[in-house]
Amino acid sequence: MKILVCTSNVPDTTTKVKFKEDNTLFDDSGVQWIINPWDELALTRALELKEDAGNSVDEVSVINVGGAQTDATLRKALAIGADKAFRIDACAADAYYVAGQIAAYLKENPFDIVFSGIESSDYNGSSVGAMIAEFMNYSGVSSVTSVNIEGDDVILYRAIPGGKQKIKAGVPLVAVVQKGIAKEPRIPAMRGIMMARKKPLEVMPAKEMEMLTKSVKFELPKAKGACKMIDAGHVEQLVELLKNEAKVL
Amino acid sequence: MNFEFTEEQLMIRDAARDFAQRELLPGVIERDEKSEYPTEQVKRLADLGFLGMLVGLEYDGGGMDTISYVLAMEEISKVDSSVSVIMSVNNSLVCWGVEKYGTEAQKQKFLKPMARGEKIGAFLLSEPEAGSDATSQRTTAVDMGDHYLINGTKNWITNGKSASTYIVMAQTHPELKHKGINALLIDSKSEGITVGPHENKMGMRASDTCSVMFNNVKVPKENRLGEEGFGFKLAMQSLEGGRIGIASQALGIASGAYELALKYAQERKAFGKEIIHHQAIAFKLADMAVEIEAARFFCLKAAWLKDQGKPYGQASAMAKLYAAETAMKVTTEAVQIHGGYGYVKEYHVERLMRDAKLTQIYEGTSEIQKIVISRGLMD
Repeated sequence: MKILVCTSNVPDTTTKVKFKEDNTLFDDSGVQWIINPWDELALTRALELKEDAGNSVDEVSVINVGGAQTDATLRKALAIGADKAFRIDACAADAYYVAGQIAAYLKENPFDIVFSGIESSDYNGSSVGAMIAEFMNYSGVSSVTSVNIEGDDVILYRAIPGGKQKIKAGVPLVAVVQKGIAKEPRIPAMRGIMMARKKPLEVMPAKEMEMLTKSVKFELPKAKGACKMIDAGHVEQLVELLKNEAKVL
Repeated sequence: MNFEFTEEQLMIRDAARDFAQRELLPGVIERDEKSEYPTEQVKRLADLGFLGMLVGLEYDGGGMDTISYVLAMEEISKVDSSVSVIMSVNNSLVCWGVEKYGTEAQKQKFLKPMARGEKIGAFLLSEPEAGSDATSQRTTAVDMGDHYLINGTKNWITNGKSASTYIVMAQTHPELKHKGINALLIDSKSEGITVGPHENKMGMRASDTCSVMFNNVKVPKENRLGEEGFGFKLAMQSLEGGRIGIASQALGIASGAYELALKYAQERKAFGKEIIHHQAIAFKLADMAVEIEAARFFCLKAAWLKDQGKPYGQASAMAKLYAAETAMKVTTEAVQIHGGYGYVKEYHVERLMRDAKLTQIYEGTSEIQKIVISRGLMD
């Protein structure tokens, strides 16, 4: 069984967000790029499944649609343990384009399970995984918190209001995963970093495809107000402020 | 000149940072307070390959360069120097000597398990009456034909209790003075070895620092590192590299304290504004930033020279001296910026200040570094 993990290259979560060209473009100067945290958890779970001798997962690959600046995060994925990395060389503007490119790749290079993080921490579109399933006519399961393989079946749990739902699905399948899928992302070991040098990172040209959206303008949210500290012994003061100042009670 | 790190070096730095923030920070205050050896954390350090990161791949190490080592040491030391000193001693003082001067059999037997981090090494040079004056070794290694017989006491041994492999400096030919000293690989469980209690230190309290006593300990001849009488030279060469490790540790202590002080100064208000907007505090932070950057350049220069196969003894002494002095100064200022909060354990900076003091003392005091540097000026 082969697993493909879709990874987004996103700014580090502590990045100070700035825009350029009349607020129509994200200013990426000085930005430190990381693997989208949900995708990193998806990769961790994919590797756990491969390491579990009880199932038939024998290959884990990662794919990204992006420019050369994303190679560093793909190589990190290889250092963590992915076997192969693929980059579709394009400057993606929307989820439809990304999903379309990955689907075009999948049509020529089938995988059994595709993992996609529930959202990316930059644009939070939450759409790529579902769109890939639609393009490919694969089963698609969203909000997945647990994945296991039993024989030829994939057993998934998904979070639903007030509880969880157990799903048994065959392959091929797209699982849109969220928090809980793995405990925490892996830290690459020195040996993994050295071995990543020898693993393949294939860069492919993008397929001709229309981009359906265009960013018109970005705006930053208003700055948060100053934090007021209330002494633990004065709960009545906290209630008073919540009622009359914040007006949330 | 190229001031850019490679993608791989940055990956190593980030891995060390993630490990330190995620796995060392929780519990660091408690381990310090209780002088509790970081058993689990050292196991993870081994799993990630940091304990043998400088050793070649063929001997089960990470095969990394010294620049990467500086970056990793800085990140780990920002959080927990008791852990980074274990990493430094194993990499620079023990594995390095065995890899460079050991026989193939010694590398297979001693180096590989240490590079994998399954076993830890310790470097036994200091004695009750031989600290800075390392030529005055009282520990003896009497030549008994097919083995040496070791007697004596070693002091201030990092990893003294946790190590499985010791490199012990001992005098075989007192008449030859330092040229009579041998370096011997000794299994710490050998008969006749007694390890003293964990020293109750001011800083780096979680690392195990002990005295080690040798009473008629038999060591096979094949465990000698290098030629007869090479021990003192090996010790001095090992310390040249070790200083890059400790300089990077001091750099990490300084930058860790600086980052905490900067954050605190941006949040803490006094006289109606954040204290960073008071020039008295802003100038302190500016001085700290400049000195840390200079210390970083010293460390990286020494590491670069080592990686290029060029002489680095002078550069590593300068790096160790400057970084240690910077660590002491910066951590003291970080406590001052924190005010009363800086004096309590919860805010970390008092611990970093206590840890910084040791960097001015071990692996050659600041005064010894000045001797090394000034002698270099006369060469």
